Amino acid sequence: MTPALGMFLLFVLITLGITWWAARRSQSAAAFFTASRRITGWQNGVAVAGDYMSAASFLGIAGLIAFYGYDGFMFSVGWLVAYLTVLLVVAEPLRNAGKYTMADVLAYRLNPRPVRAMAALSTITVSTFYMIAQMVGAGALVTLLLGSSHVSYQSAVTGVGILMIIYVVFGGMLATTWVQIIKAILLMAGTILLSLLVLAHFGWSLTNFFNAATHVSYHDKGELVTKNFLDPGLRYTAANHGALDLISLGMALVFGTAGLPHILVRFYTVPDAKTARISVVWAMVLIGGFYIMTTFLGFGAATIVGRDHIASHGGNNMSAPLLAQALAGDIFFAFIAAIAFATILAVVAGLTISASTSFAHDFYTAVIHKGTERSPGEEVRVARITAFFVGAIAIGVAILLGKDANVAFLVALAFAVAASANLPVIVLSLFWKRFNTTGAVAGLASGLVASLVLIALSPSIMKVDPPTVAAAAHHLIQRAPIFPLENPGILSIPLGFLGAILGTFLRPEPEAESRYAELIVRANTGLGAEEATVE
Amino acid sequence: MSPDDPKLPPDPTLFVGSATDISPLTHTGPKPGHEKTATEEAGAINWEAIAASVRFKELLRAKRRFIIPAMIVFIVYYFALPALVGYARPLMEKRVLGPVNLAYLFALSQFFMAWFIAALYVRAANRFDRQAREIISKENAAP
Repeated sequence: MTPALGMFLLFVLITLGITWWAARRSQSAAAFFTASRRITGWQNGVAVAGDYMSAASFLGIAGLIAFYGYDGFMFSVGWLVAYLTVLLVVAEPLRNAGKYTMADVLAYRLNPRPVRAMAALSTITVSTFYMIAQMVGAGALVTLLLGSSHVSYQSAVTGVGILMIIYVVFGGMLATTWVQIIKAILLMAGTILLSLLVLAHFGWSLTNFFNAATHVSYHDKGELVTKNFLDPGLRYTAANHGALDLISLGMALVFGTAGLPHILVRFYTVPDAKTARISVVWAMVLIGGFYIMTTFLGFGAATIVGRDHIASHGGNNMSAPLLAQALAGDIFFAFIAAIAFATILAVVAGLTISASTSFAHDFYTAVIHKGTERSPGEEVRVARITAFFVGAIAIGVAILLGKDANVAFLVALAFAVAASANLPVIVLSLFWKRFNTTGAVAGLASGLVASLVLIALSPSIMKVDPPTVAAAAHHLIQRAPIFPLENPGILSIPLGFLGAILGTFLRPEPEAESRYAELIVRANTGLGAEEATVE
Repeated sequence: MSPDDPKLPPDPTLFVGSATDISPLTHTGPKPGHEKTATEEAGAINWEAIAASVRFKELLRAKRRFIIPAMIVFIVYYFALPALVGYARPLMEKRVLGPVNLAYLFALSQFFMAWFIAALYVRAANRFDRQAREIISKENAAP
């Protein structure tokens, strides 16, 4: 047994123990969906960080910096700044006025059935796309980290899928929360340790470290080149509309994070709005600290390991683990690999519970059965069954796509849908008295459709691949892209708002206006908010 | 309504010999205020009156006065990064601190900007909490 496999198994054992402990405490609806709203501020903050920092952050951004220097680091910034929108606009009103899902806030003064149906569709779209990207990444990663002789791609995907189903089906939100907390602590510990090792390598001198980053050599198309990795322009250039693409990505992050269903449900797990606020601050400290340290991970990998070595040993996603190996040997490589594994599991568990909560609460109970449970505990039962199917479908799709599939665009898509469909309707329903059902449905639909169509026309899907690229990694449409940017936010977010505003004017709804008073009083004072329940 | 009302069925509440303010188990009238559950109480709140009250309008104004400028500042500051890096590259490549250029320092400053605004908000929000508590306690004191 390799050390990496041993650490994977240790993490699995600990989290299964937590699930067993949480299972008895997750029977009622409030307990299953919200961990009885008794998670404390710092716990939820750490869990938000654990829910948010996916393998794309840990391995992906370290890799982007190792390969493209500054342009990769610029990528890091938006992930933290986006939390200001969560803190200032969304977290507290949501906690005060909602119960289990984002749609609760929308349904307050609007006609619940059409609004919840559309919100559930958008939630499930965001969650499944994000999850498929994570699952394909997980499978590829686990085989790389453990060696494909030990674990095949299919069994890695199936294993990750089964674990996430177990956490969610048996342990509900409580188990999911603790898996995320442990993962976030592991991730921070690993990142701090790696950063210190990088600094030690440069004699504890930041000047030496940054000096090394100013001249990094690697082979580009067979030629040895030396570049200043602190200068922008290695990835985003004028030719590929770099600045515009980055602005578009920034918009998707800044508006999308506050519309990500798996982040929003976390604010229902705390006792009140003030605790929700404190938890965002905790999350911002951790997330910010982590992304600042990607400086050391990324430039460290570029200077110590080198781009050529990473490219020939599994590609840019392996930058952080290879850096660990170069600095402290195989045991540390195993530790970092286990952290990457924990990272993926915590994120997919969060996605699964938000998708199943939305299906059970918004679609099954509210839309199909008009808001009443036919038997006590039905909603939780439906959510558990949904979690099982969501997991099974994610496993199936990830295996069908295969490990070389080009899935990075699915994450961009998830953020784009969250920013273009979810955020406009959340903001307008909280701040615009005239906003109504037609506006919400039109806003959700136009944001969703605009994101899907623009991504389909973008270079993520439409691109002519050179003959050297493996068939499985080919872009879906072998033609020149119609929409030039990889991130559709710059166009799809205004379209989402436009749809919501035009829809509102299309059919006035005096009833929605008259119930605005109740919503703003609840959202701003916490009067009548859902309270924590006893176990 | 008296517990001895002849129209009511016999009261099964145990007699412990002292006066109690708990209404008898079989009573049919409206519940006294102190026995209402949160949901029953929520239904009784006059939301329009609170929304129209001076205190609540003050709370909204105070929040708006903080949140709107804060949003504008952070959005302008954040989007200045990709814009300057994209369209003013020579300026951003200027080395200002040993080997470190303006581009890196500007990106790094974004983290501190985010933390700074968050800290300011937490301070301001404690004031909003006090205002909200006043509104709630006034509402609870009302019959």
